[in-house]
Amino acid sequence: MSAASPTHALLLATLLFAVGMLGVLARRNLLLMLMSIEIMLNAAALAFIAAGARWHAAQGQVMFLMILSLAAAEAAVGLAIILRLHSAGRPTLDADTGNRLKG
Amino acid sequence: MSDLPFILFSLVAAWAAIMVVTRAVAVHALLYLVVVPLSLAGVFFTLGAPFAAMLEVIIYAGAVMVLFVFVVMMLNLGRSDRDRERHWMAPAVWIGPALLSGLLLIALCITLRTIPPTAASDAMVPIGPQSVGLLLYGPYVLSVELASFLLLAGLVSAFHIGRNIRGTGTGEP
Amino acid sequence: MNALLLPLIVACPLLAAGVLFLSAGRMPPLPSCVIGAGSVGLSALMAAVLAIGFLRTPPPTGALHATLWSWMQVEGFSARIAFMLDPLSLVMMLIVTGVGFLILLYACGYMHDDPDIARFFGCMTLFVAAMLVLVFSSDLLSLYIGWEGVGICSYLLISFWHADTANVTAARKAFIVTRIGDAAMLCGLLLLATRAGTLDVASVLQTVTARPADLQAAIAAFLLLGGAVAKSAQVPLQTWLPDAMAGPTPVSALIHAATMVTAGVYLIARLHPLFASLPVAMTAVALIGLITLLLAAGSALVQTDIKRILAYSTMSQIGYMFLALGTGAWQAAIFHLVTHAFFKALLFMAAGAIILRVHHRQDIYQMGGLAHAMPGVFAAFLAGSAALAGLPLLTAGFYSKEMILQGAWHADPMLWAGALLGAFATAIYIFRCVFIVFFGPRHTEPHGRTGATMAIPLVCLAVLALTGGWMGMPDAIAPVHLLSHLLSPLFGASMPEGPHWLLWAGSLVPLAGIGVAWMLWQPRTRTRTPPENALARVARAGWDFDTLYDVLIVRPFTTLGQLNQSDICDRLSDATAATARAGGRMLGRMQSGQVRRYAGWIAAGTVVALCLGVRP
Repeated sequence: MSAASPTHALLLATLLFAVGMLGVLARRNLLLMLMSIEIMLNAAALAFIAAGARWHAAQGQVMFLMILSLAAAEAAVGLAIILRLHSAGRPTLDADTGNRLKG
Repeated sequence: MSDLPFILFSLVAAWAAIMVVTRAVAVHALLYLVVVPLSLAGVFFTLGAPFAAMLEVIIYAGAVMVLFVFVVMMLNLGRSDRDRERHWMAPAVWIGPALLSGLLLIALCITLRTIPPTAASDAMVPIGPQSVGLLLYGPYVLSVELASFLLLAGLVSAFHIGRNIRGTGTGEP
Repeated sequence: MNALLLPLIVACPLLAAGVLFLSAGRMPPLPSCVIGAGSVGLSALMAAVLAIGFLRTPPPTGALHATLWSWMQVEGFSARIAFMLDPLSLVMMLIVTGVGFLILLYACGYMHDDPDIARFFGCMTLFVAAMLVLVFSSDLLSLYIGWEGVGICSYLLISFWHADTANVTAARKAFIVTRIGDAAMLCGLLLLATRAGTLDVASVLQTVTARPADLQAAIAAFLLLGGAVAKSAQVPLQTWLPDAMAGPTPVSALIHAATMVTAGVYLIARLHPLFASLPVAMTAVALIGLITLLLAAGSALVQTDIKRILAYSTMSQIGYMFLALGTGAWQAAIFHLVTHAFFKALLFMAAGAIILRVHHRQDIYQMGGLAHAMPGVFAAFLAGSAALAGLPLLTAGFYSKEMILQGAWHADPMLWAGALLGAFATAIYIFRCVFIVFFGPRHTEPHGRTGATMAIPLVCLAVLALTGGWMGMPDAIAPVHLLSHLLSPLFGASMPEGPHWLLWAGSLVPLAGIGVAWMLWQPRTRTRTPPENALARVARAGWDFDTLYDVLIVRPFTTLGQLNQSDICDRLSDATAATARAGGRMLGRMQSGQVRRYAGWIAAGTVVALCLGVRP
């Protein structure tokens, strides 16, 4: 097996997290924001895996499973909301108009 | 050069993530987004977590991404959406978020330096599904239940939100 | 028993005022009159009973005391609501209730068709109650309550016809000018309180007399004098009184002639040991009195409005009282206060009767020849004028003024000469008014009749104005000293009388004045038009004190106010408001409802937390 350094993996996780956050903050399209959140979740998952590998513990993968279910639920609900908004007359999916709450 | 696959997968994942964030067309972003879990699965594998790598491929790249693909299909996006997206992505918009993200990156990197390095001789021992399963149905059974509740809640709310889309059109006056 | 009557006398009009005010103006005229005049009449009755009891069996200490309650009791200071009846307050009580009752009776006739009669009587009875508190108080703090009470009633009644802006302006002027004095007086009272630890009159005076007079006492005396000067419309705070004639005539008679304006005299008489121990203050009082009596008499000579003539005359007569106070002739001051209350109330009420019957005209040059049309009113006005002028032997004013002149002679012949000049002018201006109003060609045809409710008080006061002086005669005529004897426990023995020729001078000067007035304004002369030279104009405007104050005080003050509109204090409070507003706006902007901003804040918070955690 290869001997990748868990520290480097954590570095990658950090980078992915920062990029995801950049996407969440900078993009106005709800769909793209959701995708960026997926990247952030992936980064978190990677951090757990790397930590598990660093300390030879299976708990890292347990937490990974938790994150996985969380991501699945989040994607389902988030995409449902997006579809709903789209069909309710907001085809632009502009996140900044979310404060209008209506129409 | 046993680190090569790790470095390769890492570069691909980072590159794909950056592409996701910067694409104007949703489908392009989505395609790059598929690459991220796939390459991360490779990273997991190199980290000695084959079970996690499999799940990543199956659930993320398989299930969640397909969900995204369906939604993008239903949104019926066109050229105007791309132009609007370009307009929204003016350079000035990126300054604040980039600053924040950069700061976060720096802060996290400094934190990482406090982790004591692994001994170079310490070979990466893979952690198989068996040990994970034993943990899941041992001390972590409660969190499994919680995860199942979470999924159930997600299911119910997704169903509830999407309930009226066909029926009354907008569902609002 | 007697001490119990004391608060009852006050409570009666106070209760009436409460009833009248609570009726919210819905009480019809007759019950308003009955309640208003009746309550004061009841007070007058009780006052008479009390006075007879007091005179028949004087209390051993010389005064009746009734402490109602202890107002405040702190370390080093105590104040009570306490009433006291001594000879001085006995005299004042009889004036306030007796003359007050007659004037309220008169007001029933005068005001009977006014829609706001309930409010009128409410204010009047409240005034009587406040005035009684003022004269009864044995504690200077409760005296101050009465003092402010009469001030506010005066304000309410001057602006009684508040639909007219001029009336309201006059009321405001009266209130503000007297307020200046009241503020000074309060300072003086507090200064006295720091010396004595109490404001009980007896204790205060004891403290004052126990120690030699020092600067603090002098300052306190002058501050109190400021209050008295403002209330009694003396120079330099006299400008409000002529304008106060904007109120109904009974108000002018009761408040601005008989009672409230003499409160300053009462105050100084009440605290006479304090003033007597300070020669400077005494001189100041005498000079203020002399200057006021001469200036006001000069103004009265050229007025055309009958009520303003009487207003300036009131100022002038109170000037006499101040002169008497300043020369230490306390009895003379109180004596003149009494007789003045009689004849000036009479003059005002007679003037009111005239005004009612000549279609509410007040210009004397528009009247003329009224003697035949209203002989009763003419007789009453003549009696009042004679008393005011001090017609010898016959009238009350002669005796009291004579006493003042004697006192002035003893203090300084110059003061005496000034007072005599004032008496001369008094006779001229009031008989000018008589000759112009009642003789010569008629300019306005009078209508109606003077009703009984107005006539009876006129008769009573006319009798009093003529005979009221017999309670204090010079020895040269008859050794009668009823009032002086009554007041002597308080003020000490009265002064010895001067040479006989003083009496002759005091008798002849008014006669000479009447003669001059006859020469100038008899029906056949051509001077029966308002004088129009520059001096007359200045004098008619009250020697232009208003303009002077406007230029000296009001305008600089308003200019300063305008300049100072946004001073540092304003800036401070504005800055507080601006900070709060900006902070609110900033925090409000955070709650924009935009999910990306929320995410941004979360990220920023995370970064900060991480940075804090990372710091080694």
